[in-house]
Amino acid sequence: MQLICPAGSLPALKAAVKRGADAVYVGFRDDTNARHFAGLNLDDKQLESGLQLIRQNGRQLYVAVNTYALPDGWTRWQRAVDQAAALGVDALIAADPGVLAYASRRHPNLNLHLSVQGSATNAAALALYQQRYGIRRAVLPRVLSLAQVRQVAEKSPVPIEVFAFGSLCIMAEGRCHLSSYLTGESPNLCGVCSPAKAVRWQEDVEGLSSRLNGVLIDRYAKDEPAGYPTLCKGRFLVNGQRFHALEEPTSLNTLDLIPQLAAMGVSAVKIEGRQRSPAYVEQVTRVWRAALDAYASAPQHFSVQPQWRSALAGLSEGSQTTLGAYHRSWQ
Amino acid sequence: MKLSLGPVLFYWTREKLLDFYAEMAEQPLDAIYLGETVCSKRRALGLDDWLGLARELRECTRAELLLSGLALVEAASELSSLRRLCDNGELQVEANDMGAVQFLRERGLPFVAGPSLNLYNGHALAEMLDCGLRRWVPPVECSGNLVRSTLEQLDGLGLERPEVELFAYGHLPLAYSARCFTARAENRPKDDCQFCCVGYPEGIALHSQEGEALFTLNGIQTMSAKVNNLLADYPQLCAAGADFLRLSPRAEGMREVIAAFDAVRGGALPPLAVEGCNGYWHGRPGMLRAEEISL
Repeated sequence: MQLICPAGSLPALKAAVKRGADAVYVGFRDDTNARHFAGLNLDDKQLESGLQLIRQNGRQLYVAVNTYALPDGWTRWQRAVDQAAALGVDALIAADPGVLAYASRRHPNLNLHLSVQGSATNAAALALYQQRYGIRRAVLPRVLSLAQVRQVAEKSPVPIEVFAFGSLCIMAEGRCHLSSYLTGESPNLCGVCSPAKAVRWQEDVEGLSSRLNGVLIDRYAKDEPAGYPTLCKGRFLVNGQRFHALEEPTSLNTLDLIPQLAAMGVSAVKIEGRQRSPAYVEQVTRVWRAALDAYASAPQHFSVQPQWRSALAGLSEGSQTTLGAYHRSWQ
Repeated sequence: MKLSLGPVLFYWTREKLLDFYAEMAEQPLDAIYLGETVCSKRRALGLDDWLGLARELRECTRAELLLSGLALVEAASELSSLRRLCDNGELQVEANDMGAVQFLRERGLPFVAGPSLNLYNGHALAEMLDCGLRRWVPPVECSGNLVRSTLEQLDGLGLERPEVELFAYGHLPLAYSARCFTARAENRPKDDCQFCCVGYPEGIALHSQEGEALFTLNGIQTMSAKVNNLLADYPQLCAAGADFLRLSPRAEGMREVIAAFDAVRGGALPPLAVEGCNGYWHGRPGMLRAEEISL
């Protein structure tokens, strides 16, 4: 299985290459990608030097142009596709049928991957993208159980990539408008979820409050650890009870599933986190490289090392990890 | 302007569904969407029941009858149910997943693209037209400007517009998950949910800790707490190119809702303001009401 690592900056890209990523995925500095955060992503010069490093080390570069194109901004998405093709990237990751159509017709040799934002969760949907646009890989949303991943992988006309580690989207990617309902900006159209500019922190007698566009997402007691107010991870009132009604602030960690994923024929595992620091990318890449190598050298004797687990736990949201939807009990 | 009744998004008992559609058959509707779009475990009516209901309704309404498919199709069993639905041979299908588009395209059948398909621009619509699209329901987060410029982009490509159906009334379907939030709220595992969502004919309200109504939990679907209502925006809906207005069923009062929309399309003045929200249409956060933020 290939290890696909995130880079929101040149230092993160370098860290991923140094620690053994097989491929690094990046985005351009605009709303054509799903991590359109202030100060994030690579400019032209950084991309060129990143690509040089990747070529020197025999690795691959993927570029995500994976938001949905706005009709008035169509040329921006066109230009992003053209730029990726001109760079000679190893894969373009896209979701919009219009963008995929443009890329496959204009650049027939460009290797296309269906983004997780394409929200394809079954073999028939994958067949559509394969037949019409010639995609050569698809990233599955994080809503499928392990049994469902197996079913999809068996019938899929293209190799499958799954998320292995990082933030956990509780909703099917590409099928969530919660952020735009509260803030006006969504992953599909703006490349952001719960945007930082809508966040307000407030300290008062009741403790620390986090708000998103004025809406109270969570309130923390004095000694309670506070997390970023991603709106699906707040505590809300349902039937008179206050709890994490949608999702606890936990991270996905699937080290334990490496043997099963490999047995299903999953071709690549993806680390989430283009918005995270170079130090995060370095640590996660290092652990996952070690784990995948250990599995490859002795599949029958694979076991998750305690030091891998503790290294990753320190990097996780809320310091807790979960198998997410891969494990039925989570659902 | 035509009026459509969207699929029932909540889980109602068989009896409630049959009573509801008997009443709806008498309303001034131009299209009625049948079928289950949220959860494959809900089986008050199966495919054959829906088809049987459509045959009965055809006797008493002139509305076009369609069948809506599941939005989040994960298990192999769900995919084969979806294939059977696309093969029904009687009713046109609203595709809510690209898997359905693939089945319908393979069969050369025209289809409606439901609001959970991510079609946000003219190039994407062009692709779907090539697959058999005849009617487009834009994603609920689309603004009036986005709808208009998407259609203009399609004009620029020299392609004929599909019919356009706007989500004009009801709780907005906002997100789909692997997890059932209704079961979670009742401390039940999803695999043993006991169909508890049947106890909430209009979902469960989710409030912030300050008591602000935010969302509605409806099984694996998260909806808006507020009811989206575009009646006051009627002239702009026409100007943007809408052919149909979709009214999404609520547990009570749909007859009055339909009557209000019917009156306005018949020439009555639209209200100056309505309850609920219409922020998305105005390019603002969906939860807002344009009249309140003086747009």
